[in-house]
Amino acid sequence: MSHYFEIRDLHVHYGAIHALKGISLYVEEGEIVTLIGANGAGKTTTLRAISGLVRPTSGEIRFEGEDLLRYRPHEIVALKRIIHVPEGRRVFARMTVEENLYMGAFTRTDKDGIEEDLERVYALFPRLKERRRQLAGTLSGGEQQMLAIGRGLMGRPRLLIMDEPSMGLAPILVESIFDTIQEINRQGTTVLLVEQNAHMALSIAHRGYVLRTGEIVLHGTAEELRNNEMVQKTYLGMA
Amino acid sequence: MWERLRYRLRYVSGTDVALWIVAALLLVMITVGSYNSLTSGRYTGKQWFDFIISGLAQGSIYALIALGYTMVYGILFMINFAHGEVFMSGPFTAYFLAEVLEQRGLFETNPWLALGLVMLLSMAVSTVVAVSLERIAYRPLRGAPRLVPLITAIGASFFLQYTFRGLYTPGFKAYPEVQPLKGTWTLFGLEIQRMLIAVFVSSLLLLLLLYAFVQFTKVGRAIRAVAEDQQAAALMGVDVDRTISITFAVGGAAAGAAGVFYALMFRQVNFFMGFFPGLKAFTAAVLGGIGNLPGAMLGGLFLGVFESLGPSLFLEGLGVPAAYQLKDAIAFTMLVLFLIFRPTGILGERLAKRA
Repeated sequence: MSHYFEIRDLHVHYGAIHALKGISLYVEEGEIVTLIGANGAGKTTTLRAISGLVRPTSGEIRFEGEDLLRYRPHEIVALKRIIHVPEGRRVFARMTVEENLYMGAFTRTDKDGIEEDLERVYALFPRLKERRRQLAGTLSGGEQQMLAIGRGLMGRPRLLIMDEPSMGLAPILVESIFDTIQEINRQGTTVLLVEQNAHMALSIAHRGYVLRTGEIVLHGTAEELRNNEMVQKTYLGMA
Repeated sequence: MWERLRYRLRYVSGTDVALWIVAALLLVMITVGSYNSLTSGRYTGKQWFDFIISGLAQGSIYALIALGYTMVYGILFMINFAHGEVFMSGPFTAYFLAEVLEQRGLFETNPWLALGLVMLLSMAVSTVVAVSLERIAYRPLRGAPRLVPLITAIGASFFLQYTFRGLYTPGFKAYPEVQPLKGTWTLFGLEIQRMLIAVFVSSLLLLLLLYAFVQFTKVGRAIRAVAEDQQAAALMGVDVDRTISITFAVGGAAAGAAGVFYALMFRQVNFFMGFFPGLKAFTAAVLGGIGNLPGAMLGGLFLGVFESLGPSLFLEGLGVPAAYQLKDAIAFTMLVLFLIFRPTGILGERLAKRA
């Protein structure tokens, strides 16, 4: 049986380092699925493999049954609308906020749809509208994260993959970012979320995977993972 | 007060002091030289004006070439040392078209059409050479250490020079004259050579056009995105390889146009013609702040005027004989001084952050 999005037995090597040792996971349409784990567990590598920035040694990545490994990064965006909001935001600092948002819609040609989505992003993040003529490099960390997410939404994602959206943000901002992710999902976008902040991630996700040194060690609904003793000890900081 | 001065002086090395002395000496030389030249009355105001106009025309050609250096640097962090040959390839090839058109009398009957055709061919050839250069010589080395493509660029430069020498023979070829651009115009009571004004104005228009392309079109936005962060740009769906090709194409087209202006001004082309303008344009790009588009334009104009005025203004006033022959020395002295005292160039401020 085939899933909306699926990774099967994926291996990635960086030179002699075996970063992913055969991971498998799936995401169904409309879900929020989270991938949690410590630093260096291979979360970012997984996402980079999905968007084609890293060439896996073996394995399969399938979207609606079609193998993605034959595509180059820009084709994955253009043809499949799988949008990757990268770790560390990576906004274009020397462009204005609005130019950044238009970059997110780079592969689209439907002018009306783009303007519609621009308004939708501005409704979601009124701060961005206030600052739309400002250079992105002058924004605060929280605002840059909003911009990175907004830029991702401008591509009208069919699968939105997000890498550590909470990184480096004040707790109050983290909360609002996660509320927004939940809202985006409610509006119909499927989300694959990588997080170190397991507590927040499991509070909004439907299902989750636990990644440790390149292997998936646990998989279940968010509820199950929250109640799992190992997860509580290692990732939720409970005694 | 003394405390603070002494504190700051602790960090001053012998090299710094030596450099300050050099800078101070140069300033004195420039001031004294200019003062002497201006008061000696050897040149009239009209002549100074002519120096500036021909400097601007020459400088706008540098600016067009510098655009290619700076755009490629902005995106790949490499100096494309074969860019001077991209500049040469266009007008050298277009010469043969110009020759045919002249024999058919098109330069007499319809000089603008003839010039347009020559221009088009020159730009096309330079574009093709620039894009092939990237495809064949630079792209396979994309991941290599920065020194590697630099060495390749120098190799490619020689390769192109001698290929064109072999193709078109080593001698100088004379470009036909364009009648409507001969003679002078009188503007505000001043006589100006038509050719210089035409070159200056059309280069400036072309520069503005290219700047607008990079600043306001979707493709231009992609170029800027790739220059800032290749991976992030790829995640937006930008085809990075294609965008880099486009960047080389834009730089090539600008160089091809600059080549025709150069050929019209100096009436000669040969396989070696790209070497000096190439180096000068590189200097201009550094002066303006490499990687910075307005900087390249400003640097080009600045260098053009500086080296046109410089010999008569600074050097003759100091009693240097045959000062005009030291034009190139002035240009490259500027390069060295900028690299020492302001390596980020006139408009550059962000290079250090990138390194």
